[in-house]
Amino acid sequence: MASIDSGGGDSGHKKGPGVKKAKKLSTRVDMTPMVDLGFLLITFFIFTATMSSPTTMDLNMPKESDKKEDETKIKQSGALTILLGKNNKVYYYEGELTETGSNFTPTDFVGIRKEIIKKKQEVIKNYTPEPKDEELKQKAKERKDPNWEKAALDKDFVVVIKANEDATYKNTVDILDEMTINAVKRFAMVKITDTENKLIKATEGQ
Amino acid sequence: MARKSTDTDMTPFVDIAFLILSFFIMATKFKPPEPIPVTTPNSVSSAILKEENNMLITMDKDSKVYISINAKKDPEKLTTIIEDLNTSRSLGLSPAEIQNFKKTLMVGVPFASLKTLLDLPADKQAGVSQPGIPVLDTLNNELIWWIAATKRAFANEKLLYLIKGDNSSKYPTFEAVINAMRKNEEFKYNLVTSQEGAPEGTELFVERLKK
Repeated sequence: MASIDSGGGDSGHKKGPGVKKAKKLSTRVDMTPMVDLGFLLITFFIFTATMSSPTTMDLNMPKESDKKEDETKIKQSGALTILLGKNNKVYYYEGELTETGSNFTPTDFVGIRKEIIKKKQEVIKNYTPEPKDEELKQKAKERKDPNWEKAALDKDFVVVIKANEDATYKNTVDILDEMTINAVKRFAMVKITDTENKLIKATEGQ
Repeated sequence: MARKSTDTDMTPFVDIAFLILSFFIMATKFKPPEPIPVTTPNSVSSAILKEENNMLITMDKDSKVYISINAKKDPEKLTTIIEDLNTSRSLGLSPAEIQNFKKTLMVGVPFASLKTLLDLPADKQAGVSQPGIPVLDTLNNELIWWIAATKRAFANEKLLYLIKGDNSSKYPTFEAVINAMRKNEEFKYNLVTSQEGAPEGTELFVERLKK
């Protein structure tokens, strides 16, 4: 080892009784307390960390209008009404509700997705071109929609969402989500009618 | 036989530990104080909540409605709002109570008891159970007034309307909130949700795969 030898001769190498070698201090430090503290901090930060930042779902509601002619006309052939009830139950009917309520079908959130997809396919299959479809296509093209040529195919498909007083906010968000998931372009949230609510209540009562 | 030392070299272990520690320190963003616990529903929406001026309408699990207004740049806006309401609804608030509104995190009381709430120091308000802003009565939906006053105060600025609902809050409350917005000619709002992935095989899933 390199060391400065100030003494002359072999004085530095003298070994024997009476000559004490300077005690070498260990450079090792006990790291345990530091590690302890480190882990304490890790646990603290893990617990306080908010990893998932909240996301938002945009919701645009139509302007309320008193004028009858402003209301959007929907084709009954492409309409699907979804009703939300108690205990995460979902009900639906296609087109108009028959007087006997024969087309009123109960399902759940898994079933409703299949129904939406089925109905959408059906509407696309029954598509009849109209002159105003070009406008829709142009708009989709401007939006840089890769499928702009197909933009008008499902133009008649409208989902009407109605929830009764037993439906939860979660159900509402879930069904709005379902619209995003299945790329339903036109949907509306409408107040439930008494007839529909009675049908829900009657089905729940069984 | 020489006894083997039980000492292990802890250095790499400690290195990793501190690496993790620094990661968490940097990645952590502290939760803003939440006086009311709300479990938001999941949605496939992936837009991150922007930090802007916002009016947050919270619906808790018992369908009680609370509001909190976050003016990021100009806290004086809150004073404008409460003064506006003080005159329009004749609340009879004292200047001290008006000042206290700035520190109030959340308001969930009818106008009639707003004075009592603002009498309390801000740090004591959290302990008080608030009955929620009355919204369900269509004739006396007090949220309309709150939104109107906030809208006036932020007339020249961007304002986000956030609706944060608990999973088990009921639909009529949500509808009443929407109606209050509609009465104020506001048709665009953001629902605060937690993120979840798009279900496999659906159109959205296919679309996201392409990107």
